[in-house]
Order: sequence, then C-alpha cells, then structure tokens
Amino acid sequence: MNLNALWEYANPLKFMRTTERVLPYVAVAAVVCLVVGLVWGFFFTPDDYRQGSTVKIFYIHVPSAMMAINIWAMMLITSLVWIVRRHHVSALAARAAAPVGAVMTLIALATGAIWGQPMWGTWWAWDPRLTSFLILFLFYLGYIALWEAIENDDTAADLTAVLCLVGSVFALLSRYAVNFWNQGLHQGASLSLDKQENVADVFWYPALVSIAGFVLLFIALVIIRTNTEIRARRMRALLARERLG
Amino acid sequence: MELLVSDLSVARGGVPVLEGLNFRLAAGHALILRGPNGIGKTTLLRTIAGLQPPLAGRISLDREAMTYAAHADGLKATLTVEENLAFWAAVFGTDEVGAALEGFALRDLRARLAGALSAGQKRRLGLARLLVTGRPVWVLDEPTVSLDVEAVAMFVRAVRAHLAGGGMALMATHIDLGLDEAAVLDVGPFRARATQEDHFDGVFL
Amino acid sequence: MRDLRLAMRAGGGFGLGLAFFLIVVTLVPFGVGPETGLLARIAPGILWLGALLACLLSLDRILALDWEDGSLDLLATSPLPLEGIVTMKALAHWITTGLPLVIASPLFGVLMSLPEAGYAPLVLSLLLGTPALSVIGTFGAALTVGIKRGGLLLSLLVLPLYVPTLIFGAEMARRGAEGTATSTPMLMLAGISAGVIALLPFASGAVLRVNLR
Repeated sequence: MNLNALWEYANPLKFMRTTERVLPYVAVAAVVCLVVGLVWGFFFTPDDYRQGSTVKIFYIHVPSAMMAINIWAMMLITSLVWIVRRHHVSALAARAAAPVGAVMTLIALATGAIWGQPMWGTWWAWDPRLTSFLILFLFYLGYIALWEAIENDDTAADLTAVLCLVGSVFALLSRYAVNFWNQGLHQGASLSLDKQENVADVFWYPALVSIAGFVLLFIALVIIRTNTEIRARRMRALLARERLG
Repeated sequence: MELLVSDLSVARGGVPVLEGLNFRLAAGHALILRGPNGIGKTTLLRTIAGLQPPLAGRISLDREAMTYAAHADGLKATLTVEENLAFWAAVFGTDEVGAALEGFALRDLRARLAGALSAGQKRRLGLARLLVTGRPVWVLDEPTVSLDVEAVAMFVRAVRAHLAGGGMALMATHIDLGLDEAAVLDVGPFRARATQEDHFDGVFL
Repeated sequence: MRDLRLAMRAGGGFGLGLAFFLIVVTLVPFGVGPETGLLARIAPGILWLGALLACLLSLDRILALDWEDGSLDLLATSPLPLEGIVTMKALAHWITTGLPLVIASPLFGVLMSLPEAGYAPLVLSLLLGTPALSVIGTFGAALTVGIKRGGLLLSLLVLPLYVPTLIFGAEMARRGAEGTATSTPMLMLAGISAGVIALLPFASGAVLRVNLR
C-alpha cells in the first residue's frame, strides 16, 4: 500500500465516511473483547497463591495504565502531524483522545489504589509510578483545559500541539526526577511481549484479550468523538458560509 | 522600495473578510484605506504588518522597512514621555528622540508620566513613536482617533515630511485628513464571498 | 535590547513575590507547630515550595500588561525576534521575582530553623533553579496570553512543568541540610535550567506568534 494514500484520510469528510462504516465493527469487537477478557480473567483464572483474588483487578489496572501512556503518545504523534502537515483531523483526534486518556489515567490510579490497599496496606503511597501517573493526569487536565479555554479552533490546535510537545519532554523529565526522588514499592512492569516469565499463561491470555478490548474501546471512542468534532466544525463552517452568503 | 499587494485574501478568526486585493504603493506616496466598520481594515493592516498570515495572495514588503501602529499605543503608564520614546528608539536601534518630541509638540510634556496624559496627548506620543523608528514604511490603523484639529494637522505635517523623505504610508481612517495627494482605496467591494472551497473551514464543507 | 528591563520595571511588583514568600514561611509554623526539629526537617522543602508559589503568583503579569496596552503587537513588528523578547521577559521576571527570593532565602531559612550546613546549598539551589521557573512560566504566560482570566489556567499548565525543577531543587537543598553530597541533584538542576533556557524560548516565541495573529 502506498503511504501517501493514508493522507487521503486527512480529509475530514473522507475520514468521517470511512470511520462511520468501520465504527460498528470496532465497537462490537471492543465489547466482545472486554466481556470475554474480563469474565475470563475474573472467573476462570486461579487465584494468586500470595495475593488471592485481589490480583484480578490487574485485568483492568494494567490495560488502563498502558492506555494512559499510549494515548499521550498518540496525542504527541497527532500533534506533530498537525504542526507539520496541518491536517485538521489530526488535531481533532488529539483533542478527542485527551479526555479518554485522562479517564484511563484515573482508572489506573483508582484500581491501583484499590489493589494497593490489601497488598501494601495503603491506598496511596508516593511511589514513583503512582506519582508519575498523577503528574500525567495533571498534564491531561492542563491540555484539556487549554483546548476548552480558546475560542478559535486553529489557534487552540496550534497551542495545544506545542503544549503536548513541551509537556511530553517534561513528563519524561518528571518520570526520571520522580525515580530519583523516591525508589518505590511498585513491582516492575508485569507484562511485556517477551518477558512472559513474569506471568503464567493462564493469566496472560485473558490479559491480552482485555488489553485488546481497551485498545478497541479507545479507537471506537476516538472515532465517535472526532466525528462529533468534525460535525461541529462543519456546522460552523456552513453557518459562516451562509452569513457571507 | 515599494509595497506590492497581489490577490490578497485575509481572514479574521478563521472567517475570510476581504479577498482579491491588489494595490501598489511606491516610495513617497500614501494610500488611505476606507470602508465601513468591521469590513476588515484592521485585519488587512495586521496581515500586511506580518502579525497574521494571509489566507491567499502575496505581500511583497521588506519587513525590516515597516513599522506598525495599532489602535493601542503601547505606552507604559509608569514611564515618562521621553522614556517611552527612548525605549522604542533603543528597540529600533536609533537614538534620536528630539525630532519626534518636536514634531508632535511633546517637548513640554517630556518629563510627564505617560499615564498622566490625556487621550489625545497619548495618541500624539503613540504617533511620535513612528518618527523614532526610522522605518520608511508606516502601516497605521486609525491614526487620528481622539486627536483634535490642531493635532491632526501636526500628524499630516509629519506624514508629508515622511513622504518627502522617500517614505510611504498606508493607513486606515474615517476622517478627511486633508492629505489630498494620497490615493484612496475603498475596500468595500473586496468583501469576501464564500466562493473558495479551500479556505480555512472549506475542508469541512 | 537591555532596555526591555526598563519597561518591565515599570510593570512593578518588585516586592510582591517576596512578601508572599514571607507570608508562606510565617504561616507554616502555625500549621505544623513551632517545634524546631520538625521545622528544620521540612525547611528546605517549604522554602522551595514558597519560592515556587511566589514565582507563580506574578507569572500572568509577564505578558498580560504588554498584551493589553498593545506593546506586544508593536514589539512583534519590531526588529527584535519574538524569541529574544520572551527571553528578555523571562530575565526581567527573574530579576524582579527570582533574584530577590534567592537573596532573601537565608533570612527565611533562619525563620524555619534551617540547619547551618543547609544555607549554602539552599541559596545555590534557588540560584540555579529559579531561572528555570521564570522561563517555564514565560512559556505558560505566552500560552495563555489571549485568554481572559487565564490566571488559574496558567497555574494548571505551569505547575506540572515545574515538577522536575522542584524535585531536584528541593532535593539539593534537603541533602545540603542533612550534610550529604549535593552534586547529583545540583548537576540535574543546572542541566534543566540550561536546557530550558536554551530551548523553551523557541516554543514560547512560536506560541506567542500564534496568539498574536
């Protein structure tokens, strides 16, 4: 496939038409994956020999935490695309993704607290990972607030894109700084593609399915939200045209 | 040295306001823009001043030759008249503020704080800033607001002297300055129609 | 170019940050109790936090005044590059806010019963860290300059960006007070300041250009 063909989807209408067709499948797949992954994870996996049944919150905690970071990365990429190529869909997709990312971060923090309580005996500790997620959440809030505060859409897109870029650098810096500041009690990343020895297969497969579910859910939400934005913009453009007449 | 505007379209807040503008301004000449409020004169001047990008078309003008004066004078209330001018003289790399003080009858006010000036005096100070920039192209937005008859005459004298020295002036104004040698361009007929498909929001249509 | 400082001095607010810093330091013992040992332990952190908040307080004035009276438009069309203008603005903010805090910090250290070994690292850490606070703050001010009542938003945007500076700065002051080696956080702090001063003005200038159009 020609890479240039991809840019055709930068046209809002083309993007909307295509995604509307894909959306039902993505949404259904997301629901199926989430239901299968979570039910499988919750009811059909053995309890952990040390952590008991509390370990099962892992099927929400890990995917949401992964999404929280990856959504920011996706926003960074779309912001760069906006700055370099000025495709409106790109900026709107970043805008659409931000609240989803913020909610994912919140879910990761909340499930982490619920999991941490029986495990570490505390709801919250100023552990590097937890702290980093809290800071990430603040970045999401600032990003969303800036979008909301500016009336002109293109100005807002430009400013938030720069904020996303600068914020990414500072988020990485914060991550490093926080590690320096306090070595914590959080376990290392429990899932990665090549380090399967961390988790046994029985836990691994349902986790993969629920991660896929979270990813699909995110894609569906971003499509819906981006298309809503496109429609709103389209309406304003039509109104402006009518006024000019 | 000339200002050449070809097929220029400008937008305010993403909405195109003026389109298809063509004009040329040579050294020693002045051009006055007219048109009803809200037509986009300020937007046009800001675009020519390089503060915002044009929607379409070209502006050929050496940015280093241009100075812009907006509705607001950009004065610091807590600095004196002379300090205000000296600041801008330093920014533009000239040191001469005496002629500017003279030209707008500000010599007696030179030690007064800018905050203590009347609206007309402030405007005079704002216009005196043009003289200290030493730039040949003046882009002026409503230069005569709140000036009395005498001060307007002062301004016209300053413009004439500037033109005689090979300068140019492009200004938007509603009143008759008595600057008869200046060409007048009514921007009314250039009001943008929604014909272009590729403008700002066009991709969404 | 130096003359921009003159214009900034006209903006005033010279002692305001300092007074705010004093109030924070005065209020802390009321909140946590007058026990010297406890105060000494939290002194570096409180002093850093107070300096950070005092900086934050005056950020929205960096560009807002020039925006309102139209000087920003005129400066943008002047021979000075916007990147240079924001750098000067940050420098002016640092001179009016950061530098007085650095100079006054030993005095506030006395109020907080800072251990004797802690004074030099505290002053040094503030000296290295406050320029970064000013430059980052100017970026935030440039982002929010067009927004009415953008003060709260400005804080929301800037505070997360302050995290690394605060961590390394306070860590350096704390290690100094405890008498342990301060070189690692000091190097990190200096690195952040240098990097921020070198790179962030480009982002601030770009953002300001967007806001002016």
